Amino acid sequence: MKFKSVFDIIGPVMIGPSSSHTAGAARIGRVARDLFGRQPEWARVHLYGSFAETYKGHSTDVAIIGGLLDYDTFDERIKTSFEEAQKAGMSYEFIPETGHVDHPNTARIVIGDQESEMSMMGISIGGGKIEITELNGFPLRLSGNHPAILVVHEDRSGCIANVANCLYKYDINIGHMEVSRKEKGHMALMVIEVDQNVDKEVMDELTELPNITQVTRIAD
Amino acid sequence: MEALFRNVRELVERAEKEQKLISEIMIEQEMLMTDRSREDIMIQMDRNLTVMEEAVEKGLKGVHSVSGLTGGDAVLLQAYREKGNTLSGDLLIDAVSKAVATNEVNAAMGTICATPTAGSAGVVPGTLFAVQNKLNPTREQMIRYLFTAGAFGFVVANNASISGAAGGCQAEVGSAAGMASAAIIEMAGGTPQQSSEAFAITMKNMLGLVCDPVAGLVEVPCVKRNAMGAANAVVAADMALAGVTSRIPCDEVIGAMFEIGQSMPSALRETAKGGLAATPTGKWLESKIFGGAVVGSGQ
Repeated sequence: MKFKSVFDIIGPVMIGPSSSHTAGAARIGRVARDLFGRQPEWARVHLYGSFAETYKGHSTDVAIIGGLLDYDTFDERIKTSFEEAQKAGMSYEFIPETGHVDHPNTARIVIGDQESEMSMMGISIGGGKIEITELNGFPLRLSGNHPAILVVHEDRSGCIANVANCLYKYDINIGHMEVSRKEKGHMALMVIEVDQNVDKEVMDELTELPNITQVTRIAD
Repeated sequence: MEALFRNVRELVERAEKEQKLISEIMIEQEMLMTDRSREDIMIQMDRNLTVMEEAVEKGLKGVHSVSGLTGGDAVLLQAYREKGNTLSGDLLIDAVSKAVATNEVNAAMGTICATPTAGSAGVVPGTLFAVQNKLNPTREQMIRYLFTAGAFGFVVANNASISGAAGGCQAEVGSAAGMASAAIIEMAGGTPQQSSEAFAITMKNMLGLVCDPVAGLVEVPCVKRNAMGAANAVVAADMALAGVTSRIPCDEVIGAMFEIGQSMPSALRETAKGGLAATPTGKWLESKIFGGAVVGSGQ
């Protein structure tokens, strides 16, 4: 079941005009910002399908920038997010694409600063609900509805067990988990949806585990 | 976690067997699936209801979108209604004006509650606040109206679609109208089965409705489609309360809506490339709003 809550149907409370093209777009932007972990200095946004055709009319661009500025779907500042981005020192660019994608409402967000950059693909599946389908080239499925931890690690034995053990130690229950890799023996990604927010203490401990490259979290 | 219902048949059967309202089954399922308390869930829905009230209030005072395509019709409709000579009846025009009010606020980038989407956000509150004057519900009954609507929307979202880009307007305003119709039944004291009939009758009359927004804006024809969605919902509710049933069961109607959406060309699924968006005036408006080459003719 893609829709689990009645508030996916009666909700979200949001700034108009479109739940998929405005609220969903803001959420995709905000998850990207969450995963990046800080305010990016620049953003390059590729839009596909209906997003590419109608983004101006639906304020999809304004909403994605709002999300990248960490605004929620009902934040009035979404309306003036372009000006806010300027104040925050973030440059941005929108590129409507003609290539075929599986879902009509797809955005690829590439963001970065002087330290690093990140690429994420998100889809808006209706009523403001979204899924993240790719992160830095790793295919994945993440709803953004639950707190989650993303662990980039070396593709070695024991990594998954160590991470699971660490979460167990802090009594954190795993609701959904996926592991993917681009190539055997190289870099891999764990996506772990959990039932409660994860404290910094846990994050620090996960980061210290052997063969772990990077740990990021999405709060509820 | 196993859901309490996966389709309308299971929803109605459970409500009948346990002698409960559909809204109650939805609340219980929400508690089960999201592990939250009843109080918590009721408070959140109460807040959503308040957002809906505020949006209608704002729209009835008169708002206009940035593009200038929509706005002000809710005011016209209320003024007309107050004269007391409506042909289609006071309640119907009240519902229509409040649905329009909500969508005019949405088009003007105001704050609304998506039900099930922003483009179709007018139907459920529009009908609710019109029926309210007739049935005098308690605040809790008004909140329950939203849970009943949500229960039907939940089935459509999981078994078909509530996205115009995926299934056309039938998936958005069609779903919203069906949801409203089912909720009216419960508030008016009808049975869970009658809610199911009302949903089916409404949706059957929304099948095939395409999503063809002029200039890609959620304005033309979206605002007026919400008006007609609200009217459709009220009339279908009356039909179901009169004892009229749908020959095609509700879940099969939802299945048909999904199939029709699948076979709709992409030009008619929220790409602003076909239908009203592709008319000479539609194209002219688009070029007027966004600049660029003037294609087609217009006023």
